[in-house]
Amino acid sequence: MSVISIDNLVKTFGSVRALDGLDLRVEPGEVHGFLGPNGAGKSTTIRILLGLLRRDSGQVRVLDGDPWRDAVALHRRLAYVPGDVNLWPNLSGGEAIDLFGALRGGLDERRRDELLRRFDLDPTKKCRTYSKGNRQKVAIVAAFASDVELYVLDEPTSGLDPLMEAVFQEEVRQLTRAGASVLLSSHVLAEVEALCDRVSIIREGRIVESGTLAELRHLARTTVTVETVRPLTGVTDLPGVHEVRAVDGRVRLEVEPAHLDTLLGHLVRFQVRALTSAPPTLEELFLRHYGDTVNGGGDR
Amino acid sequence: MSTFTGTGRLARLAVRRDRIRLGIWVLGTPLIGYALAESVAGLYPDEQTRLGYAETVITSVVARAFNGPIASTELGAVVVTESYLTLALLAALLSTFAVIRHTRQNEETGRAELLGAAPVGRYALLTAALVVVVGANLMAAALLALALVGTGLPVAGSVAAAAAIGGVGVAFTGVAAVTAQLSVTSRGANALAAATVGVAFLLRAAGDVLGERGAGGTRLDSAWPSWLSPLGWGTQIRAFGAERWWVLALPLALLVAGIAVAYLLAERRDVGAGLLAARRGPARAAAGLLSPAGLTWRLHRGALAGWAVAVGVLGLAMGVAGNEVDAMIAENPQAAEVIAQLGGGAELVDAYLAAMLGLFALTIGAYVVQALLRTRNDESDGILEALLATAVSRTRWLGTQVLGAILGASALVLLAGVTTGLGYGAAAGDPIGWAVELAGAALLRLPALLVVAGVVTALFGVLPRWSVALSWTLLIAFLLLGQLGPVLDLPQAVLDLSPYTHVPSVPATDPTLLPLLTLTAAAAALLTLGLVTYRRRDLTV
Repeated sequence: MSVISIDNLVKTFGSVRALDGLDLRVEPGEVHGFLGPNGAGKSTTIRILLGLLRRDSGQVRVLDGDPWRDAVALHRRLAYVPGDVNLWPNLSGGEAIDLFGALRGGLDERRRDELLRRFDLDPTKKCRTYSKGNRQKVAIVAAFASDVELYVLDEPTSGLDPLMEAVFQEEVRQLTRAGASVLLSSHVLAEVEALCDRVSIIREGRIVESGTLAELRHLARTTVTVETVRPLTGVTDLPGVHEVRAVDGRVRLEVEPAHLDTLLGHLVRFQVRALTSAPPTLEELFLRHYGDTVNGGGDR
Repeated sequence: MSTFTGTGRLARLAVRRDRIRLGIWVLGTPLIGYALAESVAGLYPDEQTRLGYAETVITSVVARAFNGPIASTELGAVVVTESYLTLALLAALLSTFAVIRHTRQNEETGRAELLGAAPVGRYALLTAALVVVVGANLMAAALLALALVGTGLPVAGSVAAAAAIGGVGVAFTGVAAVTAQLSVTSRGANALAAATVGVAFLLRAAGDVLGERGAGGTRLDSAWPSWLSPLGWGTQIRAFGAERWWVLALPLALLVAGIAVAYLLAERRDVGAGLLAARRGPARAAAGLLSPAGLTWRLHRGALAGWAVAVGVLGLAMGVAGNEVDAMIAENPQAAEVIAQLGGGAELVDAYLAAMLGLFALTIGAYVVQALLRTRNDESDGILEALLATAVSRTRWLGTQVLGAILGASALVLLAGVTTGLGYGAAAGDPIGWAVELAGAALLRLPALLVVAGVVTALFGVLPRWSVALSWTLLIAFLLLGQLGPVLDLPQAVLDLSPYTHVPSVPATDPTLLPLLTLTAAAAALLTLGLVTYRRRDLTV
């Protein structure tokens, strides 16, 4: 039974189709990366999962409940960290943490203290004096100190420094060790690469790619750089080979995983002196889907 | 780059942001002035009636405290005395809020930081706000002068009267420029500036109460406390009397002083910082905070305490002043007529007390609106989103807010009745008896406040984006209908649009059950509409 399952979800705001037949599955115990640029529909999806927005059509189940109808019951079993944390300016951070915990149905006191220490957060400051990063820490501590089954994190680290980012990653791992599931919306690709078991990439309200990182890599081209004794010829005619370029006496090319074998068979005939092969980084995977918006037209 | 670079652009931005607010302000001021001048001309058409009016003002402490002095028996002087307080308070508060909106609020939201990173001078933001607000005051005053001349009043007096109102706005522009530097929050800066308006009102009232009959016998010369108050200065110009133009230098001087102090403070502090430092809070929440009701109490207790102090002080003052009503009425049938109209007939003291309780109920409507719109502000700030992502249902949260606002309003209404009764009884005898009677009478106004709560809740559910503007507009409409409706002789059907028209004017009339039940039913229907639509709609930024 999936923790989150979304089928063919549609949400429109006036004439704007924010979600256009979105499908998403988060399995128990996994950290699921939810990737996409601003405006792709990540936050809209999350708000529907939290029952803050109403879906137009499609199926949505969260912890086997209906996020709109069963909102209160479900919210006892999940914790949410918004990307843009706003707090009551005249409450202290400690008060806000306790309040969120209590409204969610309880807080692990020991965890609360430990998290405050680890995130180096002063709970006596008034919320209005916190920076964006510190407001995020308040929301993170309040969420992570709650013992729940599902954590919904909407770009939770956009204001954290690298040190705190490392703490954040350790704490997320600890959550999953305890058996919880995490939906992590992010555009910090290194964070997703470090944490996520599976990844879904959203574009214009649809999921364009979904799977484990290994699976996604498998679909993407591998970059091969090769140096041969005899001049390399004929690679451009091979199936599945793209972007062939000569660089400093070496040849750099991209090859589809299915045709890697054919390529290697071809290369050995030219006496390979050096060869490196790099699987696509998440960034490359990501850019493959957004390349046209980045370099206008795109060649991948 | 000078310290003023970008001022022009920022001023245009401020005008663009506030084009509707500024438009209502600049056009509304002359409209209200015109309407009041016309109606006063109808009420006091000849020298005889105006002599009576002047006599009332000079002899009655109540009239002096609330309307201020009178400069002569000219029609224009009566118009000024009747309209000054309304227009001056509007100018003072609108100027204050506008200055803070374009200075401290910009800093609080981080917009100032964004602007400060652009090629914009250190003083540009403050200067732009001042230029816009002073400009709006000047335009409103110019149009007001035209409107008064348009009703046939002499030019010199009309210009003086309008300049007096503009002067009040300009003076409080200077005050707000300073308070915007002091407090880190726009809420705090607004509260400081509004408190200054309150003190100015009290000083002016004290000065006029202590004033004496002036030369010729038809003029009131205020005592010295009036001269300490920017609200007092406007009356000391003596429009339509022997105008004292030099008094206009006082608000200008305050503006200049305020600007100088504000620049000095702005120079010495960081963006976002204030002079009143933010205090630390507890590391753990008290058990009482950890529920929707606890949080609601925490969020509203400060405002409620402020309201309670204001209502209590005003209640005592109004009550004490009530002892003069009889004396004043004996001498002045016109004033009696006005009070009887406001109070709905009957014994004059009762009519007066009923009119005061009615005023309190109207004012406390502002508390209800303010308290309930907090939820809308939380929604657009994103706080509500985080809150509703916990195990608190929408119905429970909004229900708590509505209940909190209604309980707060009930407490304030009760306090108004008790303090007015104590004040009146202190001189008339039997303070406890009066307190009990007026507390009961005051509570009968509650159904009208329930309707106000219902209207705001329904707007929040149905038209969230418009709910702030519409709620305040409706409350002001109720206020104008209640205050100006009888004076302007509006048809009953129009007056009936306000819930305040329907509450029985106790102690001037006997309590009747039916309108209270109707109002409560209407309130219940509106509240239900609000709760149901809110439960079914998307959260809207």
